[in-house]
Amino acid sequence: MADKILKELKIKVWRQKNAKSKGKFETYVINDISTGSSFLEMMDILNNDLIEKGIDPIAFDHDCREGICGTCSLHINGRPHGPDTEVTTCQLHMRKFKDGETIIVEPWRARAFPVIKDLVVDRTALDKILQAGGFVSVNTGGVPDANAIPVARDDAEEAMDAAACIGCGACVAACKNSSAMLFVSAKVSHLAKLPQGQVEAAARAMNMVSKMDELGFGGCTNTGACEVECPKSISITNIARLNREYLKARISR
Amino acid sequence: MSKFLTASIGRKFVMSLSGIFLMVFIAVHLGLNLLLIFDDSGELFNQGAHFMATNPLVKIVEPILGLGFMVHIIWSFYIEYQNWKARPVKYAKRNMSGASSWASRNMLILGSMVLVFLVIHILDFFVKMKFTGHPLLEEISVKGVYMENAYALVSATFINSTVLSVLYIAGGILLGLHLSHGFWSSFQTLGLNNKFWLKRWQVIAQVYAVIVAVGFAVIPLYFMLGMYK
Ligand code: HEM
Ligand code: SF4
Ligand code: FES
Repeated sequence: MADKILKELKIKVWRQKNAKSKGKFETYVINDISTGSSFLEMMDILNNDLIEKGIDPIAFDHDCREGICGTCSLHINGRPHGPDTEVTTCQLHMRKFKDGETIIVEPWRARAFPVIKDLVVDRTALDKILQAGGFVSVNTGGVPDANAIPVARDDAEEAMDAAACIGCGACVAACKNSSAMLFVSAKVSHLAKLPQGQVEAAARAMNMVSKMDELGFGGCTNTGACEVECPKSISITNIARLNREYLKARISR
Repeated sequence: MSKFLTASIGRKFVMSLSGIFLMVFIAVHLGLNLLLIFDDSGELFNQGAHFMATNPLVKIVEPILGLGFMVHIIWSFYIEYQNWKARPVKYAKRNMSGASSWASRNMLILGSMVLVFLVIHILDFFVKMKFTGHPLLEEISVKGVYMENAYALVSATFINSTVLSVLYIAGGILLGLHLSHGFWSSFQTLGLNNKFWLKRWQVIAQVYAVIVAVGFAVIPLYFMLGMYK
């Protein structure tokens, strides 16, 4: 597939000086973008233009640019990580857009993710949830020999699938309730499925959910939007497992 | 305990249990109502209604049912308010249709419309049968037992009023939509789900929802279209 050139795009983007200021949309025109470039490359080119015109460049989060770190964000044309599935914004390509289109770029919106500047939001709330229970308290040693600790293949697979979560927060951004349940359920599941994590499973579910509530995330109503928008396709069956762990912990206390 | 009932998963637990309880009621209610169209003499339906009005167990369950509705409704507004607060600045553009079902995103709207229907429905039949009485309800004897002629009241309502018939059809469809999401969601909330059951619950939910919607809608249609003749 040869790359085409998008002659003109309008980028309607959220500009906000700092956490305190009000913020508003600005629309910029950008020309001659290759459909082979990534969305973030397009943003780089736009920022270059802005700098040349003496305008403050648009702040946005990015790091690995290969879909593994979870740093990039952006709500593009009404969807977290834009109009593609199972990708992060750094993996989104401009071939997903049409020439002449107006592309709306917003920060993640959630009470627990306040905007710091432009498109950058503060996602330390997710770290705080992890600190509340997303760990194993004792040193479990180095990598054990294969099959030294028996783990059923299905369990290993489900644990690995849950461990694929990169903590990007797209689930929160996508959820109509700004709930972090998919994130929390992934973190609870990948430990609850393995022997090293099982010991603290009950306390972990309780503590992480309490933290999530305290930080102002909403509750889950099982719409399933998170799973669809998650770049790693974390399954909502993990949420069922989290519910189960949490309710068990509540009843046994 | 109070902390549990207001924690995010606890709130949902209340919704789920009350919802499942209401779904059991709806199944019984629909089963009984369908007697309306399976026996044009009205005897079967009248016997069913009489049994429900006099059975001691039903008398115990009735207030619990009222409570179930209250809890479900109060918690639904509470939950939705909490969830609404979690996003103070809304998105300028949202494109959610590919990621979640319309019903799942509009449970409060669907529920509230069901509530409006419910109030009209209670004023329409329940109050008349239980408290105020109605000329059409005059006692008849079925197989030697005297009972209210509930069939006469219900069938006359649908035969005489297109507006009410249409309202009842809409009520059935709205409830069906509510349950197309609510059914499987309630089991997910309880944690009774995994990668095998997810699809199964969703299919069972669609089947249950269609039965509820079609079942309740077919009754007024039957009388509206004169099929009892
Ligand atoms: C016969 C009537 C009704 C039945 C059988 C019913 C059943 C259900 C079920 C099974 C759920 C799913 C619970 C879960 O996801 O765990 C649900 C959710 C819900 N119901 Fe109802 N419901 C009824 C009436 C109402 C009414 C009258 C209202 C409100 C005014 C209402 C509002 C809601 C809301 C907002 C939810 C979504 C809550 C959530 O998913 O977190 N429902 N309902
Ligand atoms: S569950 Fe998916 S969407 Fe949510 S933080 Fe993890 S990777 Fe991102
Ligand atoms: S920048 Fe690392 S995932 Fe996108």
